[in-house]
Amino acid sequence: MDLVLFLTFALIAVACALNMALQRHPVSSALSLIGVMVSLAVLYVLLGAEFIAAAQLVVYSGAIMVLFIFVIMLLNAGAEKMTKKAGTAHFLGFPLLVILLAISAWVITNATSAMKPVKFGAFTKGGPYEVGWELFTRYLLPFEVTSILILIAIAGAYRLANKEME
Amino acid sequence: MSLYDLFPPEFFKLSVPLSAYLILSAILFTIGVATFLFRRNVITIFMAIELMLNAVNLTFVAFSNHFGRVDGQIFSFFVMVVAAAEAAVGLAIILMVFRTSATLQIDDFDSLKN
Repeated sequence: MDLVLFLTFALIAVACALNMALQRHPVSSALSLIGVMVSLAVLYVLLGAEFIAAAQLVVYSGAIMVLFIFVIMLLNAGAEKMTKKAGTAHFLGFPLLVILLAISAWVITNATSAMKPVKFGAFTKGGPYEVGWELFTRYLLPFEVTSILILIAIAGAYRLANKEME
Repeated sequence: MSLYDLFPPEFFKLSVPLSAYLILSAILFTIGVATFLFRRNVITIFMAIELMLNAVNLTFVAFSNHFGRVDGQIFSFFVMVVAAAEAAVGLAIILMVFRTSATLQIDDFDSLKN
């Protein structure tokens, strides 16, 4: 059943990502990106990372994407116009992307061919207890530093978006 | 006709190789780079960055599973936190730029040029 679930949600993720890249309207792109994030959450559950899957749903497809949709609605963003200004990216971009994907796929298949396959249920240390234990013992200092980072982000976002403080 | 009739029974007992997850991550990352390069809407470009961060998160979680340690998941947790902060500040910057130039086309953002 692992392979069936993996193939289903990997295909959904790739299709939604392609749809995000091809849609003209930012709202369609945002909805496709939500599809990618939800299917990635299912893959995290398959990999035994339950806490990260829940955080992915709450933080990414909840909070961050709502923020994106808010800004799209606020700015009343319409469909984008295609312009011909990015000449170098249009000529060189596609072959370079193909080369990037080919090289990374080659390196991955060479480096991980001897590694054991992923079995659902073999890794059970991804629950909230284990993640929280690591987070508050070994990774306590980075965790506290991220709280300062979030505080700075709140202050910066408020300062940037506030019209009266000119 | 159900799903079980379409495939032989061995198909449902197969496990997924680790490289499948990593290659999926590489594909998503490449689509993110393509969106970043070819699209002209600044909000869509910002969403492409989020897609690339998600692809890297998948690699972290896959290796966390492979090594049997929880550290990779902690890293992907931190990536999520940084992405949230980055989205808040970046969207505020987009809002401010839209107020001054009234456009979302990335070609028109050239006030720092020359």
